[in-house]
Amino acid sequence: MSDAILDTGRNGIMARISDTLWRNPRLTVLLLLAPPALWLGVVYLGSLFALLAQSFFSIDEFSGLIIYEFTLKTYAELFTPANFDIIVRTVMMASAVTIAAAIVSFPIAYYAARYARGKWKAIFYLGVMLPLWSSYLVKVYSWKLILAKEGILNWLFETLHLSWLLDAYLSIPIIGGNSLSVSWTGTFLVFLYVWLPFMILPIQAALERVPRSMLEASGDLGATPGQSFRFVLLPLALPGVIAGSIFTFSLTLGDYIIPQIVGSSRRFIGQAVYAYQGTAGNIPLAAAFAVVPIVIMGVYLWAAKRKGAFDAL
Amino acid sequence: MTSAVVFKGVSRHFGSVRAVDNVDISIAEGEFFAMLGPSGSGKTTCLRLIAGFEQPTAGEISIFGQSAQGVPPYKRHVNTVFQDYALFPHLNVLDNVAYGLMISGVSKRDRHQAAEEALELVALTGYGARKPSELSGGQRQRVALARALVNKPKVLLLDEPLGALDLKLREQMQEELKALQRKLGITFVFVTHDQGEALSMADRVAVFNEGKIVQVGKPEDIYYRPEVPFVADFVGSSNVIPPHVTEKVTGTRATASVRPEAVKLGDSGLPATVRATSFLGTSTRVSLELEGVQMVALLAKGQNIPEVGEHTHVSWGEDDIHLMETADE
Repeated sequence: MSDAILDTGRNGIMARISDTLWRNPRLTVLLLLAPPALWLGVVYLGSLFALLAQSFFSIDEFSGLIIYEFTLKTYAELFTPANFDIIVRTVMMASAVTIAAAIVSFPIAYYAARYARGKWKAIFYLGVMLPLWSSYLVKVYSWKLILAKEGILNWLFETLHLSWLLDAYLSIPIIGGNSLSVSWTGTFLVFLYVWLPFMILPIQAALERVPRSMLEASGDLGATPGQSFRFVLLPLALPGVIAGSIFTFSLTLGDYIIPQIVGSSRRFIGQAVYAYQGTAGNIPLAAAFAVVPIVIMGVYLWAAKRKGAFDAL
Repeated sequence: MTSAVVFKGVSRHFGSVRAVDNVDISIAEGEFFAMLGPSGSGKTTCLRLIAGFEQPTAGEISIFGQSAQGVPPYKRHVNTVFQDYALFPHLNVLDNVAYGLMISGVSKRDRHQAAEEALELVALTGYGARKPSELSGGQRQRVALARALVNKPKVLLLDEPLGALDLKLREQMQEELKALQRKLGITFVFVTHDQGEALSMADRVAVFNEGKIVQVGKPEDIYYRPEVPFVADFVGSSNVIPPHVTEKVTGTRATASVRPEAVKLGDSGLPATVRATSFLGTSTRVSLELEGVQMVALLAKGQNIPEVGEHTHVSWGEDDIHLMETADE
């Protein structure tokens, strides 16, 4: 054993790799970034642009073959009443789900961030994440059973002699239907349930970073709890709410399974894409439909940034 | 003289922990009052009780003669400078300072003008458009001060406001705070664990230990005439002399305190051994052992510095030893 201060004797293959990486930090960064950059850049963005390109082609109405020539005809088709209805319906549903998810999530996230400690925090995470462990289809079918005419909700209303209330609600046009499981209210409830964790977790993370003294300072300066919420807590939690809304909004915009299982027969964007690229073989129109959520999300984020939603970041 | 804040038998318990235990205080209007004590001694909880963030478990708090029982923080004309400043990160400096006025419905023009004036008061003119994250620690501290002062509170509470600043800035802020308090005439209640800060700034100091106030008085009284060993030890680390040693010198059997700078070394007095010396710049600190008791002497420049291990004698002037009442004797 030598007593050398500089231990240059350790020259195994791993040690040499470590030494090389230590001497070349840029190489390290390159190696770390290359796989995800390839994945995102080539596979993801590449297919996105391929999709975008498809949407500028059109389909020959007689032969059903794709004409590979640049045209905006397919986009114009989106604005025919039947297709435009699908877009409006989907955006309305996504907005309603997002707003409801934010309202439901906030108190849960606030409790978790402010009061839950130790064991209760673990229970909170478990409670929020547990539904994500089971299959999405199982959850949706469970909800179909809950909401069906023979389901537990109907039974509950009957037992409480409140069937008239449910019937009155279901007779409301648009949001009502024969039973909850074939109404948009049902679709909405299932969307809300399935995407809720994606809203709770970012809000909780944002609230976690708001120190208690911030709210005390607001109260100290004369703000009632309501004013503190409006002027301090909400602005500071907004990046979390926006992050959550990106999930709930875009997931609802693109989903095609939930409205197919629970809800009325009227279609959403996801179902339209599914139908056009599958049975109908109208790839250009399917692509154009798929571009809609991307554009909507882009506009949404741009507006949120302009409104200062990310100022607290 | 009006009392700004009065505590009558106030306690605040957290489960079995008695954070504040049967405390009586009377803080006069326009006074600079310091609450001094080690961490966990209950001083910050007392401040939070005045602000309204905590409610007392027992006892009564009144602010300018009015009972504060059940009054929430936002209904108290008392403002706080927080230890971590608690500036709102999403608002710029001007809007941070104007926050209190915005809440009370003052128009944008008026509140921005008042905020500008408050920033001028703390020497931060022209910083209004910046975000708190763009300021240094000292500047944030000033913004927090301006934000608390803009509401023209009757009592200003300061929770270790200088704790995060470096020494030079802290000394400068101490002087500025004192000057500001004189200028505005507002009652300042200042919490600190730094005895130097409390002694140099406050009109009166309350020393806290384990949830109780152990002594209240002027800085000189606290420093030269500690009433209990804890105060002697905590405030400027006086030597605490046990009764059997005091008896030999004064004839009275009682615990006493002697300031380190009053301890003289020489040929007369009680025999002692030098254990360590350290050079502090303006003086040298000498640790001594005297009949099994640890003592510290501060020798001014020019005095003879003994070697470690040397045997010497310790004495002090008759006026320099202060007898304390000792409950545990």
